[in-house]
Amino acid sequence: MTYEVGTELPALSVRLKRDDLVRYAGASLDFNPIHWNEKTARDVGLPDVIAHGMLTMAVASRIVAEWIGDPGAIVEYGCRFGRPVVVPNDDEGALVEVTAKVTKDLGDGTVKVNINAAFDGKSVLTGAFARVRIS
Amino acid sequence: MPLDPAFIGRSYPPSQPYDVSREKIREFAGAIGATSPAYLDAEAAKALGHRDVIAPPTFAIVVSMKTNETVMFDPELELDYSRVVHGDQNFTHHRPITAGDQLVCVAHIDAITSRMGNDMVTVRTEISTVGGEPVTTARSMLVVRGEDA
Repeated sequence: MTYEVGTELPALSVRLKRDDLVRYAGASLDFNPIHWNEKTARDVGLPDVIAHGMLTMAVASRIVAEWIGDPGAIVEYGCRFGRPVVVPNDDEGALVEVTAKVTKDLGDGTVKVNINAAFDGKSVLTGAFARVRIS
Repeated sequence: MPLDPAFIGRSYPPSQPYDVSREKIREFAGAIGATSPAYLDAEAAKALGHRDVIAPPTFAIVVSMKTNETVMFDPELELDYSRVVHGDQNFTHHRPITAGDQLVCVAHIDAITSRMGNDMVTVRTEISTVGGEPVTTARSMLVVRGEDA
């Protein structure tokens, strides 16, 4: 395995459907109805039900966890929530495409990995990064 | 009405301990589609040097949920929950959250700022073991959308 700056991690595509949102709501205890109830979502001005930002963030963490092998090496993980992932009530759901690249050797035994999560051709997490221990 | 910056620096009492279980980690990992053996298989986790299965990097949001609600529903803060949007999130792990941990959360309001009619509140939750070992620092920035925004 190489941790050199510029290394691209194997890409990850994840399809989020309504049942995934319900399952995440239960596992995370975040039952905000905008993540499962169309009426509530529309009442607050959203086009439809949206995924939990924390679900998108969690799904995007998999690209680093699966690459590094030991997810305990992820010592920091952060992002801003730029755009919502809109999840229609159909069999297709929403496709989230995750890419990541090693961007910096921080010199303390960790590297910085920048992560991009795209939905509908647009980035949904802004400035997402993980700091990963490599030694 | 803008939030009062006088709340910057406010700290909240420690939470009741949260018992981290293998099964809750398994449930959370399943819900995010994660298959890393370190989340699911105690022997695999031990082979990587962990005491037991470890939690995914965002699992701390579950541990800190009740504490964050204490802040959001603090009657003195007068935060309009119906207008709250999650702006950003950061987890710094001093070590991975591990099955068997008993974790206590202490929330602090680190910042309150206003911009273009929106209020931004930064809540830092320090998660440590009941014995006082630091485990995770979670920072959440909440945006309270203004009436006109």
